[in-house]
Parts: sequence; structure tokens; C-alpha cells
Amino acid sequence: MSGQAVPVDLSGHMLDLEEDEDLEVFSKHHSSAADGGSMPNSPSSMVNQYRLEDEEDELVDTMKDLLVTVDQPESHVTAIETFIVYRVVTKTTRSEFDSSEYEVRRRYQDFLWLRGRLEDSYPTLIVNPLPEKFVMKGMVDRFNDDFIETRRKALDRFLNKVSAHPVLSHSQHLHVFLTAQDLLSHRKQGPGFLSRVGETVRAVAHSVRGLKGRPEEFTLMHDYVEEFSSKISSVDKITQRIAKEQREYVDELKRCGPTYSLWAALEEDLAEPLRGVAGCVERCCVETEEHIQYLSEVLVPAVHEYVLSADTVKAVMRRRDTIHADYEVKNEALALRKDEPQALEEEVGRLAERLELANSALKGDWCRWQEGMRGDLRSAFVSATEKNIQYYEKSQPSQWIKMPWHILGRTPFFMPSLQFHSSTLHKVQLV
Amino acid sequence: RNRAPRDPAAALRMRAGSSHSSAGGWRRMRARSVWPLMAIQAGSGLLGRMEICIAEAEKRSGKNAMSMQETFTVYLIETRLTDAAADGRSPAPNFLWRRYSEFELLRSYLTVTYPYIVVPPLPEKRAEFVWHKLSADNMDPDFVERRRVGLENFLLRVALHPVLSDDRILHRFLTEEHGWKEVVCDTGFQAKADSRLRALNASFRVRNPEKCFLEMKHYSDQLQSNTAQLLRARARVADRLYGVYKVHGNYGRVFSEWSAIEKEMGDGLQSAGHHMDAYAASIDDILEEEEHYADQIKEYLFYSEALRAVCRKHELTQFELEMSSQDLVCKKQQREELATGIVRTFSLKGMTHKLFGHEAPEQKEARLRLLEEMIEEGEETVRVKTAEWREHVDKACEEMRRFKEQTDRDLREALVNYAVMQISMCKKGIQVWSNTKECFLKM
Repeated sequence: MSGQAVPVDLSGHMLDLEEDEDLEVFSKHHSSAADGGSMPNSPSSMVNQYRLEDEEDELVDTMKDLLVTVDQPESHVTAIETFIVYRVVTKTTRSEFDSSEYEVRRRYQDFLWLRGRLEDSYPTLIVNPLPEKFVMKGMVDRFNDDFIETRRKALDRFLNKVSAHPVLSHSQHLHVFLTAQDLLSHRKQGPGFLSRVGETVRAVAHSVRGLKGRPEEFTLMHDYVEEFSSKISSVDKITQRIAKEQREYVDELKRCGPTYSLWAALEEDLAEPLRGVAGCVERCCVETEEHIQYLSEVLVPAVHEYVLSADTVKAVMRRRDTIHADYEVKNEALALRKDEPQALEEEVGRLAERLELANSALKGDWCRWQEGMRGDLRSAFVSATEKNIQYYEKSQPSQWIKMPWHILGRTPFFMPSLQFHSSTLHKVQLV
Repeated sequence: RNRAPRDPAAALRMRAGSSHSSAGGWRRMRARSVWPLMAIQAGSGLLGRMEICIAEAEKRSGKNAMSMQETFTVYLIETRLTDAAADGRSPAPNFLWRRYSEFELLRSYLTVTYPYIVVPPLPEKRAEFVWHKLSADNMDPDFVERRRVGLENFLLRVALHPVLSDDRILHRFLTEEHGWKEVVCDTGFQAKADSRLRALNASFRVRNPEKCFLEMKHYSDQLQSNTAQLLRARARVADRLYGVYKVHGNYGRVFSEWSAIEKEMGDGLQSAGHHMDAYAASIDDILEEEEHYADQIKEYLFYSEALRAVCRKHELTQFELEMSSQDLVCKKQQREELATGIVRTFSLKGMTHKLFGHEAPEQKEARLRLLEEMIEEGEETVRVKTAEWREHVDKACEEMRRFKEQTDRDLREALVNYAVMQISMCKKGIQVWSNTKECFLKM
């Protein structure tokens, strides 16, 4: 179960290069996938290819040969339990699929199963994390619309990442997940739980013994991930904290507006500026509420995904170490054993090859992961700053708010176009 | 009293690397005057002839009345006549030091001497309505600075007032450091002060106060309640906004640490982190500006009390006039009864006379004469009280009209400036986040 197979249909599409310009782009996508499957030549060439892939994904979605969407969350009620079921739609041109379109219903547990199978099949590939099983603090109700929508988006993202992965997308389990009407019968097969227990036991045993020959590049990777994990967790916490502080801020601000407008009702000359300020305050409340929603539903999930992803990478590294340790143990035993080396030699050979494949898979996927992380976090942070800019633009008291600006006696330097004729002021409306 | 409760996670807020933190919460600087445009209204009054400012504040130690050591603050009042001197040179400025209690004495004198004037209030004795970063300690340098500004504002207000600015005691307060206290006390104003109890009694029992005073009393209650609510709400909001900005400072620290392990992302993260630090620090200036707005509103919170005092004085003069008029009517009725023998009103004396016989004619004459004297006195009292009442009503009505115009003008200015401040804050925010966006794009 090496999972290193090159996609079968690749050679066929290569021949159509001259026919369609779009296919050229399409084949570039595949050629990079081929390289990702085997040993990469140099990190920088890989980097360039994957950057191209990112841009393509944005522009030519339809050029993907496997397109997956998760939508239509519905409540499903049985005698025992109630749960949410999502619709998973697949459109594909791949030959290993009998049809070009599929529609199935899946629940969260099904996604968990899929991910578990993928990790088992490809222990040293980095599989995208799933949204957490239990709700994040702050929300109690797992049938809350916002929670369901956030989860749906995360599940959609998960499937898209998996189906865009050059190796994972060809997994048998993914195929079954996307196509089988009844997933339950498939779920009962396969190793699953017991193999995971065995793995954990071995990992603990090996960690007690200590790994001797870990290559330096993996040590560097390990150190990086430890640090990255800590930093991204901090960013997650800070972002959540900001949302909380803004919530407290807007709760207080909501009491300010009425203070001004109630006073305005009692005044004549002061009514206009009082109402003007009340309007500013109310607008600010609306914008802040929207911003809090953005933070909770967009930015925090995006950052949190990488908190979980970092944990995934750590787990992958532990699995690699286990595979390495398996080999090391047997290798050492071989060195000590003088008689009957044949069987042991064979075993050691197998383990060595297994280690080689595991290492190269991880190395390849590591580059892919880094680029993905950079792209994802960059776009998440850029969007967040744009949201902040919008927030200030929209809560800024507009010059059209009914305020007696003219009493300042001069144009405020940042409002060059403001007219000071009273006639103009009467025409304005609160934006 | 008005502080937000400190939560344990305030540490997260505080670790923002604010470069402006000091004991007082923001950097020490000279605060702006409460109403920057006020001195321009000088005109021909006192302020037109003289520049007044409070230049400095200093700590002093000395022995108080009970021979105990105490520390207090003194304020340097600087005045300079703006009339050109005969030889064309501008006259030298005059300096003297005053402490807060002397200002209080001056104000007491003015309120007693001019009960129909809405006397400008002094800055608060103890810091109230502050958000939690601002110290409430009287010795805190930022509090002292704000008080200096407030006291200067008081002097300018008084100097601009058409009536108060002519007062001799005020002039001597501004020009004679020593002996002023004795001069003030010699005026005997303290004896003229109305007792609180008398005033309260009058407020309850007065029958027909003038309509304009009733309206003004109602207005002063509203003004007080509205400004107080506003100040409370604002202080709480300021506290929360501080938290929001300061937490962003943590991004600065984390991005900086994170950038150390990244290759391509490193520069972008590092510079974004710097902008986050700047964002977190920017709240200090923003809130200091807002404190300035709060000071303007606070002045009118205290002004409402001064307005109320004028209404109370009216209630007192009205009540006393009613009482003395009533007393006079009573006496005249008694005289009539005594003279004619006709009893119009029931009285025990009348009854006993009817039952137990008349008194001697000489006694009746004596009583009649006494009554006549009392009626004469009573008429004089009523004349005096009426004059007092009349003077107060006329002058106070004019003063309250002037005050209402001033209030509307000043509060309009304060509110417009507040909106301008908000615009400025938003523009700063847009700037910082645009810069941050540029950094992330380079990641």
C-alpha cells in the first residue's frame, strides 16, 4: 500500500496538448502531480509548480477533473438520534469513475471515517484536518445555524483539499465515499481501530527506546512544526480574544446611542447634533456586530484549521519515526544475529524500502503543505485586513450625517468637499 | 466607583508593548484647554484688557491650621495687561500662586454675592467618571494637569462673564497673592449665605414660583441627568475599546516570533507585527482626545448644579415674600378686628373676650398702637422683600437666557468635535490596516 501510483489517465491527456489551450494548463497541473508522486528534483522547482497550481485553481475551477461540493445541510431524525446530513456532489471526468456525476448524503461521522482511512493508507502524507468533533467554546448548540454553516464550509474545504491532492484524490476510500449510496456497509470493512491501537503501542515503545538515526531534515521539520504549532495556536487564541473584547465593547456601545437620542428628544437647538452623534454610534454598533461575526465565522476557523493541521503534521512525523524505529530495531538485531540471517535480511530489506517510501512521501507532501499554509494564511490575513478597512470606512461619520459642521468655522482638512451653506445641510440624509 | 472590574486576563491586554504606559496610563503632556476658542470671545470685558492663564502646578508642603504636615498643590496664575503701556512696551506679567481651596473660597463668595448668576463651576474635587486606566489619585500628575486646565477654564469663564468680570474681589484674587483671604472674609459674605435648611424648606413650601424658574429647574435636572448618563456610558465604552486595541498588540509579539522560523513569510509577518504594535499604541492618543470631550461635558454637568442654585434662590426669595406678605395681611386683619370689634375670623382670644368680658380701653389702645408699629415694619419688610424678589427675577431671567444660549452653543461645538474625532479615529484605523494588508500581501 505505497500509494505512490501515478494517475493512470495521465499519458492519454498528454497527447491532446496541441488541440486546446486550456488543456495545456490542465496538463501542467498533472505534470506537477506526477513529480509530486516520485522524488522531487529540487524544492524550488516544486514550489514554482505548486504556485501555478494555486493560481489555476482560482481561475479555472472547471479544469479540475474532480470537483466536489458539500452543501444542503439537513436535519435527519431517527428513533435513537438526530444528526445533520450534508449533500456531497461530485463532478468528474476521471475514468476510474463509472459516471461523471454523483450525489450522496453524508454525515460528520462519515467524514471522520474517510479521514481515518486516508491516514491509515498513507501514514506519512499530511491529510487536511476536519473541523472539530465538539463545539468550540462560546456556542453550545450543535444545531445552531451558524455552527452548521461553519462546519459545512470546513467539510467542503476538507473534501476539496483531499480531491486536489495528487495522491489522496486517487484513494479507493475517497472513491467509495463520493459514490456509494450506502456507506455503512463499506465502513464495516478494513482495519481501523485495532491497527491504530497497535500503532500507538509501538510508538510509545519506540519513544522509550529513542530514535537514533533520524535524518537532520526531519529534525528540522520537527522543530519547525513545534514552533509553528505554538505560534498559530497563539494567533488563534488572540483572534478569539479580540472577538470577545469586541463583543463587550459593542454591548456597552449599544447603551450609548439611546442616551444621545433620548436627550435629543428634549432639545431644540441641540437636537440635530445629538441625533447626529446617536446615528454615528448606532452605525458603529451595526458594523462591529458584523465584524465580530466575520471573526468568529471566517477568520477563527481559517486559523484554527492550521492549529489542527500542525497537530496532524506532528502525528505524521511520529508515524514516520515509528516506521524508522521499526527498521532500526530489526537492523540492529540483524547486525547481532550471525546465524539464519536470510529471513531477517528479507524483513530488514522490506522495512528499509518502507522507510524510503515513507520519507519521500513526507518530503514531497511537506513542500506541498508549506505552500498551502502560506497561501491559505496569507489570503485569510489579507481578507481580515480588508474587513477591518471596511469596518472603519463604514463606521466613519459620513459628511452627510446631519451635523452643524459649519460651526467649526472652517472646512475640516479631511472633508474638502463639504459645503457650508445651510441649504445644503437641510437636503442631506443619514447614510 | 466607576471603574470596570479588572479581569485576570487583563494581563493579555497589558502585554501589548505600549510605549506610552506610565503610572497615569498615558504619557504626560500639556493638556489642551477645555474650550480652545473661548479666549477669542474676549471683547471689551476683563479678558479684553487682560490675559489670564494658569501656567504651572507645583507640589508644596506646609503646616495646616492644626499644625499638621500636609502636601498640597499650588497653581501659578499669570496675568498680563493687554493695554499698551504709555511708552509702547507691553507690561510685565504678574504671577501669583493659589491653591484649590482659595478657588473654592472665591467661588463661594461669588455665589453668595451674585445669587442671580449661574456661577461657573470648579473642576471636580476628586476624579469621577474615569475609565480604569486613568488614575483617580489627586496627586497623580495627569490629574493635576487636568485640574490646572479646569481651573484656568474657570477663571476664563468668570473673566468673560458680563457681570462677574467687574467684581473687585475677583480682580484682587488675580493680582494680590497675600492678604486676599482676609479681604474676602472681611466682606462678611459668609454671614449672608443662605442656610441649606432654609432653602430646602422654601423649595417645599413655596406656592407660586415664576414660570421661567420652574422651566429652568426642570431643564437643570434634565441637563444633569443627561450629562451624567453620557459620561458614565462613555467611560465604560472607553474601557472596552482600550481592551480591543491592546489585545492586537499580542499579534505584534507573536508575528515577530513566528517570522523567525519562516523564510518567505518572515518579512511580511515581521512588518505586519510592527503595524499591530502601532495600532495597539494608537488607542492612548485616541482616548486622551476623548477625555477632552468628556471634560467639556463634565463642565456642563457641574453647571447644571449652578443653574439649580439660581432657581433655589428664587424659591427662597419668593417664599420669603409670600411669608412676609401673608404675615402683613394677618396683622392688618387683627387691627381691623380690634378697631371695629367685628370678629371675622375665629380666634380663642376673641372667644374668651366675648365670654369673659372686654378689656379696658387703655389696654386696647396699647395693643392697637403695637399692631400699627408691627404693620409698619411688616410693610417695610414686604417692600424690601419685593425689591429683592424683583431684582432677582429680572436679573436671573436675563442671566438664564444668556446661559441657555451659551449651553446650546458650547454643547453643539462639543458634539461636532466629537464627530470629527471619530472621523479622525476611523482614518487612522484605515491607514494602519491598509499598511498591514500590504505586509501580508508580501508574505
